Amino acid sequence: MLALARYYVAAGKLSIQGQIQYRASTYFYLIGFLIEPVVYLVVWRTVAESQGGSIGGYSAEALTAYYIVWTLVRAMNVGFDPNAWGWRIQRGRLNEMLSRPIHPFHRDFAWFGGGKFVWILLWLPMAAGLWIAFRPQISPTLVEGTAFFVAIWLAFAVRFALLWALGMITFWTTRGSAIFEIFIAAELLLSGRLVPLELMPEWTQIIGAWLPFKWTFQFPIEVVIGRLTSGEVLAGLAIQTTWAAALIALIWVIWKPAVSKYTAVGG
Amino acid sequence: MERPPVVVEELTKIFKVPVREAGLRESVKSLFKREHKMVHAVAGISFEVGAGEIVGFLGPNGAGKTTTLKMLSGLLHAESGKADVLGHTPWQRSKELLSQITLVLGQRQNLAWDLPALDSFDLNKAIYQIPTADFERRRDRFVEILDIGDIVTKPVRNLSLGERMKVEICAALLHGPKVLFLDEPTIGLDVTMQRRLREFVLDYNAVEHASVLLTSHYMADITALAERVIVIHHGKILYDGGLKVLAEEFGGEKTITVHAEAVPAAHDYGGVIEQTAVKLSIRVPRSDVASTTARLLNDMNVLDLSIEDPPIEEVIERVFATPKDEA
Repeated sequence: MLALARYYVAAGKLSIQGQIQYRASTYFYLIGFLIEPVVYLVVWRTVAESQGGSIGGYSAEALTAYYIVWTLVRAMNVGFDPNAWGWRIQRGRLNEMLSRPIHPFHRDFAWFGGGKFVWILLWLPMAAGLWIAFRPQISPTLVEGTAFFVAIWLAFAVRFALLWALGMITFWTTRGSAIFEIFIAAELLLSGRLVPLELMPEWTQIIGAWLPFKWTFQFPIEVVIGRLTSGEVLAGLAIQTTWAAALIALIWVIWKPAVSKYTAVGG
Repeated sequence: MERPPVVVEELTKIFKVPVREAGLRESVKSLFKREHKMVHAVAGISFEVGAGEIVGFLGPNGAGKTTTLKMLSGLLHAESGKADVLGHTPWQRSKELLSQITLVLGQRQNLAWDLPALDSFDLNKAIYQIPTADFERRRDRFVEILDIGDIVTKPVRNLSLGERMKVEICAALLHGPKVLFLDEPTIGLDVTMQRRLREFVLDYNAVEHASVLLTSHYMADITALAERVIVIHHGKILYDGGLKVLAEEFGGEKTITVHAEAVPAAHDYGGVIEQTAVKLSIRVPRSDVASTTARLLNDMNVLDLSIEDPPIEEVIERVFATPKDEA
């Protein structure tokens, strides 16, 4: 366990250095992430204002807060997706990872996790700009702030494990990325990424609560904008932990049969 | 007797490869009926590599060399047969085994592209849990032998191919592996860089008493490093033995070169490779070398004479040309 912790520290440091090396590119990614929520924000604020100032229990200012926090949550839950898995296998890049005595999941998780520190740092000035431009309604307590910090890391763990598990389909089919498109569509509708689930039909909210998507997007946002009771926050953190543990366990179970299918192409 | 670090028995790997003719019609047809071909990449090979031994693993492209190395390093599962590397079945991928071996695939990179190699070395220290003293001792020695003191502090993306290969192989050996699988480690490098890498592998082998299974298309790598070679073709072993014996067994002829005051224009000494007024190079069967040499010395005023085995590349080509059932 201590050895694994040492590895995470070393790999995390390396990732931070790598991200710093490419800070401009990271910033452009963040700006890219900005376009999507700003569109949603403008549309839903307009709708809320046209309906007397609120929609689905969200005021225009609360919606603004939702989408500003959205940008951080989005940056946090970027993971190693099935497209990248396809590239990795086709180019033979998995070979060197498999020849080392550490599970590639740890490598990727540490690498992406380490990079998040740089992403958070770069996100701050961007969030300040959005704050000044849109004046959100948000005043988290210390407890909510702490719970949010835990929730965004758990959201990262859940979404990362989910994407990693999906990516492993590439061991059986060379075009696993097609399944990723279905995943994105489901995520848009069932996670609160497109719009808070309260603004969607009730059946969407019911399905969303039973699937992992909501716990990677809407839940951490709701924690910090103060829409949940302490009990709901604790229950949500427990559900996130359960999802992360279940998905990681699934990866560990599938791993052996997946690797036995590996054809180690590309040198 | 101690068990050799690498023991392979009847190892087989079959790939199921989809096949179809070119063209739109065939493409549409393949939507309904997909045809596959079973390719026997490795077809029941057996060999051992002893402790501290360097073995050259030779064969043309597609012979099954890299597939074998990938099975022995745990990347690929075998269809049948057994492999034992340091007491482990490699495709079970135990941490204990992976910590004691290394696989170097020529021109593949294991290092963080944007950072100096020293940072990746530190990561390897954490991955392989190398004690600090061992890590520093080995790192400093490798840096000195490979003369990469100035290189390891530059981002890997700024290094030339040769420089990158040097830091790659350095990174791959920092944990002190007992078995090295080297697949074309000198590919694409200039002769000086090739020589430097060979010297490094020899040094590592001598100091750490590590076993090495090496593939290379450069015969200079093989002759410099390996006393024993395994020749594989179509997934089957054609030859396993000493490099010198290989030359004797398959290099059926020798080359005799004489420099003389005058070389007769017409003669029947043997197959002419090169002939001028004062120089003659001929190829003769091994059994005729003594008699032909005697005739040359008797017939000409010889100034210099040399007898050589054919180049190893030529010998290997002869082995590849051996019919399958003779293997």
